[in-house]
Parts: sequence; C-alpha cells; structure tokens
Amino acid sequence: MAQAYSAGLTVTDNIILRKERVLPLKGEVLVKKGDKVKAEDVVAETLLPGKVVPFNLANKLGVTPSQLQNFIKVQPGQQITKDTVLAENKGLFGTGLFKSVVHSPVDGEVENISAVTGQVLLREPRIPVQVKAFMDGVVTDVIPEEGVIIENKSAYIQGIFGVGDETVGELKVIAKSPGDEIGVRDIDDSCKGKVIVTGACVSYEVIEAARKHGVTAIITGGIDDQDIKRLLGYDIGVAITGHEKIGLTIVCTEGFGKINMAQKTYDLLKHFEGHKTSIHGRTQIRAGVIRPEIIIPLQFEDQELVAPEAAVPVLKPGTMIRVIRQPHFGRIAKVTKLPEELTKVESETMVRILEAEFEDGTKFSLPRANVEVIES
Amino acid sequence: MQYDEKRLTRIVATDCGSTTTKAILIEWVDGEYRQTIRGEAPTTVEAPLNDVTKGVINATNELEELARLKYNNPNIKFMENGEFVIPRNGDIGVDAYVSTSSAGGGLQMMVTGVVASMTGESAERAALGAGAIVMDLIASNDKRMNHEKIERIRHLRPDMILMAGGEDGGTVKHVVEMAELVSGADPKPRLGAGYKLPVIYAGNVEAQGEIQNTLKDKVDLIMTDNIRPKLETENLGPARDKIHDLFMEHVMKQAPGYNKLMDWTRGPDHENVPIMPTPAAVGNIMQTIAQEENIEVLGVDIGGATTDVFSVFTEEHIFNRTVSANLGMSYSISNVLASAGLDNIMRWVPFDINEGELRNMIKNKMIRPTTIPFLLKELVLEQAIAKEALRLAFIQHKDFASSLKGMQKQRDISEAFSQSTSGATIVDMMSLDLLVGSGGVLSHAPRRNQTFMMLIDAFLPEGITQIAVDSIFMMPHLGVLSEISTKAATEVFRKDCMLYLGTCVAPVGRSKLGKQALHAKINLPNGKVFDEHIPYGELRLIPLGVGEVAKAHLKTSGGLTLDSNRSKELDVELHGGTVGIVLDTRGRRPFGLPTEKTQRISYLKKWMRELEVYPEEILA
Repeated sequence: MAQAYSAGLTVTDNIILRKERVLPLKGEVLVKKGDKVKAEDVVAETLLPGKVVPFNLANKLGVTPSQLQNFIKVQPGQQITKDTVLAENKGLFGTGLFKSVVHSPVDGEVENISAVTGQVLLREPRIPVQVKAFMDGVVTDVIPEEGVIIENKSAYIQGIFGVGDETVGELKVIAKSPGDEIGVRDIDDSCKGKVIVTGACVSYEVIEAARKHGVTAIITGGIDDQDIKRLLGYDIGVAITGHEKIGLTIVCTEGFGKINMAQKTYDLLKHFEGHKTSIHGRTQIRAGVIRPEIIIPLQFEDQELVAPEAAVPVLKPGTMIRVIRQPHFGRIAKVTKLPEELTKVESETMVRILEAEFEDGTKFSLPRANVEVIES
Repeated sequence: MQYDEKRLTRIVATDCGSTTTKAILIEWVDGEYRQTIRGEAPTTVEAPLNDVTKGVINATNELEELARLKYNNPNIKFMENGEFVIPRNGDIGVDAYVSTSSAGGGLQMMVTGVVASMTGESAERAALGAGAIVMDLIASNDKRMNHEKIERIRHLRPDMILMAGGEDGGTVKHVVEMAELVSGADPKPRLGAGYKLPVIYAGNVEAQGEIQNTLKDKVDLIMTDNIRPKLETENLGPARDKIHDLFMEHVMKQAPGYNKLMDWTRGPDHENVPIMPTPAAVGNIMQTIAQEENIEVLGVDIGGATTDVFSVFTEEHIFNRTVSANLGMSYSISNVLASAGLDNIMRWVPFDINEGELRNMIKNKMIRPTTIPFLLKELVLEQAIAKEALRLAFIQHKDFASSLKGMQKQRDISEAFSQSTSGATIVDMMSLDLLVGSGGVLSHAPRRNQTFMMLIDAFLPEGITQIAVDSIFMMPHLGVLSEISTKAATEVFRKDCMLYLGTCVAPVGRSKLGKQALHAKINLPNGKVFDEHIPYGELRLIPLGVGEVAKAHLKTSGGLTLDSNRSKELDVELHGGTVGIVLDTRGRRPFGLPTEKTQRISYLKKWMRELEVYPEEILA
C-alpha cells in the first residue's frame, strides 16, 4: 500500500476556524450576522428551567390524591412565592376550626398537579445562562434562538489532553526550549492573566505557583499522572475533562510524563508570544472526540474566510511523523517505506509497519498505529 | 429475507467500533462459506472527518488490496465512487454489505422501575440485552430523594428511556409517580435537539392511560407490553424490539455519517439491512451456540471503552448480558487502574517496574487509544491490565445474572437447607461448559497461550471447561450477517470464527503449596500417555490439537473436587485446541497468589514458562 490514513493533531500557523457557539436550550441571540466580536463578548443568553421540587401535597393536607382537587388553590403555570397557599381544607366539620393550610416551600411556578399520586411539581425561578464568543472573529451565521457561528483566521494547536474550561489570555513563553523544565521561581506577577508555555513538563509546585500568581492557563509538553491526581484530588478514570474548577486551564501537547514539546508547536507559540490566545482543556476521548484547543486569532479580511476541504492526514514516503508510543516516544522522523505485508514486532504482535528515519539518519520501523502525521 | 449461495457469493461486513472499524470479507469458496480476508482502519467519527463512512471506506480499501494480492487479480473491487457496488458482477462489487456499530458511545439508556431489584432489574436486563449501556436505574425505592432523581434524569441526556413498573393489575400510583419525575425533568436526547426523547413504557398496562396523560406532551412516548406482567414472569422481547427500532430511527441518524451508512447496508435485492448495535449481534451468536450445542456458555467481549459479559446458564438457557461501561483497554484503561488498584494489576506482572512509569504509560494509552504495544514489556503490562478488567466485569456480571427477585418459590427440604434465595446468581463456574473470549486484546494476542491464560486467570473456571476465542474478532459481523443468511453466518462461525484453545481442568478447593493435588492419567490420541501426580499451586500444559480428544482419568487429593457433585475421581474426555489441555492446581474458592513479591514473581514466571505464554527473555 503506497499510503494509509493516519490520525493526527493539527498544529498550524494559519487556519480558517469555524466555531458553533450555541445555548443548551433555546434563548435569545444578542449579535447579528456580520458583527465583529471579541472573545469576551456575550453572543447569546437564555434562562435555564429552575430546579424542580416535588411536593406531596395530598399527604401534607391529609387527604387522598383524588380528593386533592377539592382543596387545591393553585393551577399549573401559576407563579408562586413562599407565601402562596397551595391548598387548604375547610377545617373541622367545615367550620374553619383546625384548618390545614399548606404554603409553597419555594418561589417559582407550579409545573404539574397529579390526582393519581397527590404530588405537585414546583419549579424554582429560572437560571440565566450566557454563551460568550470565546474567540475574536466575525459572526458568519445566526442559528435563530440557539446561537451563532463565529469564524476567524488563527494560528491553531490541538492539544492531546487538558483540564479546565475556556479562558482567554496573552501568550507568554517561559520555557527557553521545547525540552526546558521551568521552576517555581520562573513564575511571578508578570504572569498574571497570561497563558504561559512551560516546555517538557510542569510540576505540581509550578502549577500551584501559577495559580497563586493568577496565571490563566498553562501549555506544557507533558504532565505527570500523579501531579494531575494531586491537583484534582482524584484519579482520572475516563478522559472526559474540561469541567474542573481548579483556577486555571492546563493543556498538554504531547502526553503524560516528561515529554519534549514538539519543536513545531514550540516555535509556533514562540512566534506568537504576546498575542491574545483563547484556550480550553476540554478532552473527551470517546463518543465524538473533543481535544483541547489553543487558538491565536490573526488579522484577516472577510473574503479570506473560506474553509478548505478537511484534509485527511495520510502516511506516505516522505511524510513527517511523530512517534506516539514507546520506543522513541515523542521523536520526529520521516517515512521511508510502507511495507504491505504484516510484520512481527518485538512483542510478537503481527502489525502493519512503516519504515522511517530520524534526522540523524538512523533507520527504524514501528507499527503504523504508533505514529501521527505532522501536517505541514 | 434469507439468502443462500445462489445469491450471496461475496459479502463485506463491518463493525464500526469506538476505536477501530473492522471489515471482513466472506466468500463462497469451493462449496462452502469462508471468511477470507480482514482489514481495518481507525473509526472516523471525530473531526476533521466527522463521518463514520470514511473509516468504512478505508477498511474496505484494505480488504480490496489484500484480495487483489491473495487472488493475484488486480481487477477486484468492492466499491466504486466511494460506494459499494451491489450486487456483485464478476470481479466488481459484493452481494451484500452489513454492519454493526458501537461507535459514538453506542446506545446509552436510562431505565426506571418501581422496585429496583424487581421491575427495575427487568428493565435493565431488557436494555442490556438490546445492546445498550445503562447509564442509571431510577426506581421508587432507590433511596434518592425525588428532587435528586429529577436532577439526575435531566443531567444524564440518554438516547432513550425505558420505563417499567408494576405487574399487570398492580400498582398504578408508583408508576405514574415515576412518569411525573420524568416529565418534571423534561429530559433532552443526547444527540441533537431536533427531536423529542424516545421513552418506551413497558409497565403495568392499567397505568398506560395515566402515563399517556403525564408524558405525551414532553416526550416521544411508545407503549409496549409489560416487561414483568407477573412477578414470576419476565417478558423482555417486545421492549427489546422497540429499543432496536428506535436505535435505528433516532440514535443512529444523529451520529456523524450514519445516515449514509444506513443507506449503504443492503442485501442482494437492495433491501435495507438494519445496522445492529455490536453487543446485540454478539449476544445473538452466544445464544445460538448455547442452544445448538445444549451447553452453558460464558462469553466476554473486551473492547476499548467497555467490556461486555454474556452468559447462558441453566437448563432453560437463560441469557444475560452486562456491560461494564468504564472497563476497557484503551479509552477506559485508566479506569481499570483506578478501579482495580495498582497492586491488583502488578500481581500479574512477572517483573518489577517503576510505578510512575506504569501510570504514565496507562494514561498515554488512554489519550492515544489506537496505539499498539511494540515492546514486549508493554504487551505483558497490557495483558495484566486486561486480566483485571475482565475480572471486574465478571464480578458485575455475576451479581446481575440472577434468578428473578421477589418471586415466591416452593422449596423442597434439600433446597431449604442449601440456603438458596431468590435473586441468587445463576452463574455457576463448576457447571459451565464453554468460556469464549472476544475483543482485541484476546483475539489479537500474539500467542493463543496468552489468551488462554488471560481467560483462566480472570474468570477462574472450575472443574472441566472448554476455552475458545473469537479468532479474529468477527462475532459482531456474523451476528448481523445471520439476519440475511443464517447459513453463511453459521458456517463461517464454525469454520473460521470460533477457535477452540483447549480445555482447562481446575480442581476446586484449597490446599498447601507443594502438597499432592491432582493425579492425571491422560491417554493421548498419538498413543502417548501423560501420567503425573501434580502438586498444589502448579500449571501443566499438554498439547492436544484442534478436534482431538483424549481420555483422562483424574483423581484429586486433599479435599479438592472436580465437578458439581463434588467428585474426587472422574473418567472424562478432554477436548483439544490450538493450546491444548491445561491442568490448573492453583486452587479455586479461593484462588490466591503469593503475597510476597519475590515469591509471586517466581511463581508467575514458572507458570508462564510452563504455558509458553511469553518468550524466555522476559521470564529469565
């Protein structure tokens, strides 16, 4: 086979991005097509339904569910406060003596009254939710009542794993090289509000210092599993992340352990030092994969916003690859040959391999599954 | 519609898994159906491709290339212009294309019942049997406050909900109360906001009217027969069928590229062949084996994200399936570490390794799930993790596969003394006839001996048990193929899919290391006789080929037993396989490994060397 499909992460200095920014429920869109927006701008908002409080009114009143309708004082859809009388009986022999009066336990609205169970469902007041633009760009489409599509031209890096939600800050490269390891003393007040780049790994102590100095986000090659566990207070079982409230966002570009950041990634970040950067650590490696993103918006003209056809990363002789598992984890090489037949590797597994050579000319072979294509 | 070789001569079947899309070619060759070629490619449900059919095309391309090589015919082609050519015309095209799918997280359901261990459990069984992952079971008696249940329902965003509760003529109030909670939560489907969430009601028929009133405006409500019409009876079929219909109509249509894929899956007359959830297809096959051979079967399918365990036990062939949603070998590998603990994984590893290094390796596999162990050490570690994933999944299965809870049972005097209760597990490892493994780590282990050892270490079969493996992971494909040709599916299953590894003989009970445990005298078909007194704590491998049978006289010592009758002496026939007969005197109930590390590693090496599991260099 002369070529083969291979998964890879995007690292590019120039891409047309298209982001859908939608509400979890229908609501109001606050911007219109053609508007230029900043990452911090609110583009849509809505009110989420409040919490539902089930309340067994028949029990409270001491009547059967079918009798409840004789005593109920409210109806579905009615607004209520804690003073509202939900139901009352007529007291002893209808005289009003020893009468039971049941007040609403919450402010809100009556959702449902059941004559089968005697239960009423009360809904607390609605909760406002806002969606921000997340990246500087232009609104190219509006989905009525739901949200918008924002497009821009950006330098763009997909991370492999992250924690923490969307945030924005100015890019500051602290690491002097892709293999650098920064220390606590490298973090000071000049890092406040910044997205910092730390090199081959970031220790728990450095993360703590970053939190203390108000760093917005950290971009690192690798991170130790135990440091993440210490940071979160639990072990990550299934990689569904992004919701953590840890005071900052962390994006790993390579993986777990100490791994040099890919030279291309480092050079790109270095080139754009000082630029405004949108970043999130959301990772979901199952059921509709989501990878962390680092977005550095660039100047553009509207007519540039034509997204090219999604390119399929392909392995063929000459393709630059990065090794993503031991041995040679993290190293860059060039594919020299793609043998068709299955080949036995050290573990005795029969796999399709590729032959490649490192920059120094050393030749090696690996399972095709253990590399990713570096897109040029 | 069923077809035979007149209309079906070449079939492509795919299984779109969460990690890999696996394609197989089935052909009518020399008067029989055979699986001839296999190809695979990464599943493409993520950006930038966002289209499952791209992975299918890539896997099929590999099939085409390998077919051209195999038949030395450059004209062979299954697809043209990115679509299957159906029916076949000479070298071009295929007669049918069928597929299963678990990509995109498979089918995710929530179920409700009145009593969690009764109607709730029946609903769970129906959903699992239909191939779903059950995200939560919400019941009237599950100890959560009602507002917590509402929050949970709203938070989950399942693909569909199955509601059970009440025997026919029984409680209405509790069932309606559950419907009120669902209505209050106003749940939204996981994929897409463009349609109402499907809710299947399979509870007390007398509550149907009230359920309709409570839910009809909020959800897409479908009524079907009561899942538990009487406490003594379970009726899962109608609910399962509805789940399958809705899976196609709602869930699959929302996943990226599935509309196209659903249009592709066609038989020789261009009729549509529905895509089946992968576990439902495997379940089909397991039940067929048990019924046709009249045996008890335990099967496992360990995938990247989940591990499914299937069993058919008792004379009535009661089928159970469980899915351990977060136990798997890639996406969920890190959760195996979190659930089992590092010590439990390390107890299967015959060398020392730095803990931090191992933890980072596991996490890197989680975030790059398609990678393959190149280094021998990494393979050994992955297989140790697999043993723990299988063990944990099996514990969950044993708890779930029980007799119906809540039913009154007349007992005779012997049963009264045996303390059996309703709701006890029906999984009996002593009466089990066949243990079948499937899924990447088992089907693609470089040595079949590794598969054998993973299965016996994880499941601890007792007495005499045959061990088999799905040779190259094609049970899902055959499960769906049987929809259009039982003949093709059964023939391929017997000839190419089911690979017998051999038989495990494991006396039950405890003794002391080194003490006499089993005397085995085995007359092999080549005239040789294996005759040995085997001490406790040992393994022996006796080669015996596929289809070969050996007559054995087995006699235990020290209170160890060989079957359900607690026999200590047996004359039996033992069946061979690609591995052979394994005599396992390491004990059962309990099975234990030495706790001291040096001693444990020494025993592991001895056992692995005896079973020829790994190359000598790693055991030296």
